[in-house]
Amino acid sequence: MTAKSSASACSADQSSIKTGAQIIVDTLIDLGVDTMFGYTGGVVLPLFDRLYDAPIHFIVPRHEQGGCHMADAYARASGRVGVVVATSGPGACNLVTGLATAMMDSVPLVALTGQVRTELIGNDAFQEADTTGITRPITKYNCIVKDVKDLARTIREAFYIASTGRPGPVLVDIPVDVEVSKYAADGPVEMKLPGYKVRTKGNAKQISIAAHAINKSKQPVLYVGGGVIISNAGDELRALAEKAHLPVTMTLLGLGSYDQRRPESLDMLGMHGSAYANYAVQECDLLIAVGARFDDRVTGKVATFAPNAKIIHIDIDPASISKNVQVDIPVVGDAKSILGQLIPEVEYQERKSWFAKIAEWKKKFPFRYDQNSSTIKPQYVIEELCRQTNNEAIVTTGVGQNQMWAAQFYKFIRPRQFISSGGLGTMGYGLPAAIGAQIAMPEATVIDIDGDHSFNMTMTELATAVEHNLPINVCILNNGYMGMVRQWQELFYGKRYSKSYLKNPQYEAVATALGAVGMTVEKKADVPKAIKQMLEEKRPCVVDFRVEREENVWPMVPAGKSINEMDGLDILESMA
Amino acid sequence: MKHIISALVENKPGVLASVAGMFAARAFNIDSLVVGRTEDPDLSRMTIVVVGDDRVVEQVRKQLGRIIPVVKVQDFVGQPVVARDLMLIAFAAPPEKRPEILSLIEMFKGKVVDIGQKFVMVEVSGPEEKIEAFINICKPYGIKSVARTGTIAMVRYAKTDTPAARNDEAQENQ
Repeated sequence: MTAKSSASACSADQSSIKTGAQIIVDTLIDLGVDTMFGYTGGVVLPLFDRLYDAPIHFIVPRHEQGGCHMADAYARASGRVGVVVATSGPGACNLVTGLATAMMDSVPLVALTGQVRTELIGNDAFQEADTTGITRPITKYNCIVKDVKDLARTIREAFYIASTGRPGPVLVDIPVDVEVSKYAADGPVEMKLPGYKVRTKGNAKQISIAAHAINKSKQPVLYVGGGVIISNAGDELRALAEKAHLPVTMTLLGLGSYDQRRPESLDMLGMHGSAYANYAVQECDLLIAVGARFDDRVTGKVATFAPNAKIIHIDIDPASISKNVQVDIPVVGDAKSILGQLIPEVEYQERKSWFAKIAEWKKKFPFRYDQNSSTIKPQYVIEELCRQTNNEAIVTTGVGQNQMWAAQFYKFIRPRQFISSGGLGTMGYGLPAAIGAQIAMPEATVIDIDGDHSFNMTMTELATAVEHNLPINVCILNNGYMGMVRQWQELFYGKRYSKSYLKNPQYEAVATALGAVGMTVEKKADVPKAIKQMLEEKRPCVVDFRVEREENVWPMVPAGKSINEMDGLDILESMA
Repeated sequence: MKHIISALVENKPGVLASVAGMFAARAFNIDSLVVGRTEDPDLSRMTIVVVGDDRVVEQVRKQLGRIIPVVKVQDFVGQPVVARDLMLIAFAAPPEKRPEILSLIEMFKGKVVDIGQKFVMVEVSGPEEKIEAFINICKPYGIKSVARTGTIAMVRYAKTDTPAARNDEAQENQ
């Protein structure tokens, strides 16, 4: 009996001895990871060898930046943690833009990077870079694992930190010798994070004070950011807005949190926000900020932002409170839970004259463009996309005019539908983001509303979409310019278009060469038909819309002005 | 206004870089920063002196709290604290002036730790003002070099129900 039991103990020991690479893959699977993005290389060979037959859907981008954006958009579309892998040195460095993008927009992302052998660190070895040093300010947390016995715990901690509190990217750097060293894991793995506390529930007293302010307010506005989407608080938001009868405006990243077809929606606010949202914020007596951070693109001149308003700020990040704008009633915690606590305490108020005032602004200054133009107006393409997809598509964007028009003219109806680089403003985000979103949501219609120059930055990822047969739809609003830069040069630099246009390729031919479907649309009358054909196509599709070259985004709050000091309102009115 | 911020941090590589990097990235000014071990081998204490208005210092405190390996942050403002700086100072001490120099050192409760033909090295500790005063007194003799630790501080007594203690508690609850 003794012999028998010791034999079985021995075999159990045998099977629990694992290499670092095995521990990584087993931990990922245990954490529920079934999809990863990444690019191989010298020091991650042991890890990729374990991935060879692992039950994980693995997408290899054409460049690590693309892979990082894919993982980011996968996370934004699904609410799960995105995972990206890269090798040391150049591989890790190529993640930088993607990590910074995810950091600014609070996206739960885990990046695993290979590192040179522990004893070579600091020697300027081949493909060595100080990855944790480089990525420290653009990750929520990062670390290097120098001992295989810390590996499983560190990866678990990375997922926990990335996905809780105010989410963000976490990078774990793993030297190649740790990937191959062996360790017999014994017992369950426990996290050790004495400095990390997540607060979810809000302070009940603060919530009552907030509810009282809402019940008393005659002219309130709900100002909603990406935090509501991250915390899956869309239902609570709608319940609050309906019960207390509150108009709702959203930041760029907040789009989708509230159905824009509903009458309470004031659409987006800020630099290129709606006139009615900006006027409402400037005239409100109570501003209820939820999961938003008073970004400069939202506030314009801070000193005159919402000058008459008492401000309630609901946010999970205490450091966001009173960072840019002094807040009267702070409530720290998770938006979903706080809104849930708030709803029973608020009362319905008719606020007839306030809503009448808003309705008047809405009637007078809607988003408009010249519908009689003979050229293709970019706004028209977006309206048509919205119409043909019944407001249901997942929309990703590049950065610049394409992004602002997408935000203005596509009316979003549910969270996780609009995926765009807001904080960092990363050109080239749209195409890899569409790929990541389509991987996360295989049944969804995914549209990348892109600019020509944004598309140019990462168009190589079209090959990735073709390889995985993803039916993404890339709509290039091709005006031949870096449109937003051109707009600023027109308005503020005497039309000196310095380095803001490049010779573009024939996108139709590029798409075809890479194995996708390519189309070119030059006539306004062909727009609906082309969109219909694109949406029916089951392969990746690129449509090159040759739009009006010098169209501007209106309204516009010039830098340093208050948000009710908008340019372009006369232009919009003349199009009525 | 000068604030002394005390941060208990995990004793891990990269923590100092995270803290220093955060200060640089967010354009906060550090007056002094001291790191040392504590009674717990897993924890270190950073004592950071920051100058700024209340809003800036509140941001400093909150941004420190966001750094994952930072376990606890306290702002000692408004609390009775013992704050100390340690200095080594070397300055010219010609033989004919040594008696007066020694009496100055005596007045500051300093300690001569090295003496050569031309120079004397003195160790002085105490609140920052005392250190500054001693430097000023040494100036006429010709200072060769100064090395200071920066401020370390501790609250004078255990937490009781004083307004300052309540303030501390409120900070922790935020």
